[in-house]
Amino acid sequence: MDDIATRSIEIIAKAKNIPTDTVHLETSFEELNIDSLDKINISFEVEEAFNIEIPDEALGSLKTVGDVVNGVKQLIEAKAASGSAPATTP
Amino acid sequence: MKRVVITGLGCVTPIGSTVSTFGESLFAGRSGISPIVNVPDTPDGDPGVRYKQAAQIFDFDPAQHLDSGIISATNRNTHFAIVAARQAAEQAELMKHHAPGDIAIIMGCACGGRSSEEHEVKGLYTRNARAHPLTIVRTMSSAGASNISIDLKITGPTLDISTACASSTHAIGLAFHMVRSGMSTAALCGGHEAPLSWGFYRAWDSMRVVSPTQCRPYAADRDGMTLGEGAAMLVIETLESAQARNATIFGEIVGFGMSADANHITQPQAEGAAAAMRKALVDANASPDQVGYINAHGTGTQANDATEAAAIHMVFGARASQIPLSSTKALHGHSIGASGALEALATVLALKEGRLPHTAGVTNPDTSLNVDIIVDEPRATGPTIALSNSLAFGGLNAVIALKTWQ
Repeated sequence: MDDIATRSIEIIAKAKNIPTDTVHLETSFEELNIDSLDKINISFEVEEAFNIEIPDEALGSLKTVGDVVNGVKQLIEAKAASGSAPATTP
Repeated sequence: MKRVVITGLGCVTPIGSTVSTFGESLFAGRSGISPIVNVPDTPDGDPGVRYKQAAQIFDFDPAQHLDSGIISATNRNTHFAIVAARQAAEQAELMKHHAPGDIAIIMGCACGGRSSEEHEVKGLYTRNARAHPLTIVRTMSSAGASNISIDLKITGPTLDISTACASSTHAIGLAFHMVRSGMSTAALCGGHEAPLSWGFYRAWDSMRVVSPTQCRPYAADRDGMTLGEGAAMLVIETLESAQARNATIFGEIVGFGMSADANHITQPQAEGAAAAMRKALVDANASPDQVGYINAHGTGTQANDATEAAAIHMVFGARASQIPLSSTKALHGHSIGASGALEALATVLALKEGRLPHTAGVTNPDTSLNVDIIVDEPRATGPTIALSNSLAFGGLNAVIALKTWQ
């Protein structure tokens, strides 16, 4: 698993106060009982960790842990392509 | 009008995070005031103020009571509120005996989620940081009332009262009137506060009313208040409903009075406090001669204690010097919007046990005030009526009258 996936899983596990080994790429938000409040909380932590900004319209489409990881990667790539190097620490 | 009795108690305080430990500390004179430590967002945990002590809670871990989602979405004051409310509701079997829509939640909280607010503002002002998305719901003063409602599934009238240091006495008084009038059959009422943040410590330091030593209410050498935190809750209901199910009754609320000084934002005025005490007695249909204990606002500042004593003389005349009086702030500190609820709890326990708590740490009462301040040890009492006074900055006064249940 790459760094982005590992870090994203750590953030989600911490937000739900559950062990990281219970969170996998294919795990759904429904399985983790992630409600709308959890979702904005996790999004904020992910944005802080990767120095990205998740668009409102993307937030609604996040259904699994893998969706978060893929979204983060896309946003980091888009940011790099536009010439702004992302930081990986808060 | 209906009679209103107390059937559930709960608390998280610097002198105990259960009612039994609170009671033990209360009658043993065991203070919860200790050196200030671990102030969030300060460079080394030290707020850098002239005074060195506060009434902090150390034995409370929210993770033992609340799930991570709730902890994340709430400030420390709401953690206290939910846990204290659960204790009171469980003791009274509140949800078993009352319909959710017939129960009111009336809370006192003046400072809201102060430490969460300061943490976000620090990030904003120092590095233009974004605010955490839960900042609003963590910091709103009504968060405690809302979260209690969500936690216990109570759907009746639910609100937060913010009247500085009188907040929770106003809350208990209003809840009492709502149950007495039949608007609700029961209420969960009290207050909660966790204001001990860096900015809060510094702001109070600048007012120069915090004791550099330790809060000694009504002492000749008193030199100020001691800040604190905590929550206390009462379940109140009609006497009929309590008796119908043979509930344990801890005491009766018989009167509530409130007034405004309309004078000065910090200097209290005796006429205002006296008016609130008189109104509480009229509301209780009681005469001043029936009062056998006063749980004073007693902050330990020169101005408060002298003004409160003057007000007691206005109300009780020649008897003023014979009514036993104490301030339990010497033990649990001044928790601002929650202090009235902690003192109501202390008064309920005093009447129930027939023991009036002493003002711990006071060895030289201010005799010039000519009041009967209880020192050294608790004093025995028979059944009586007690007043619990809260006299807030801004001249907002609230007094409840409680009666021994027999």
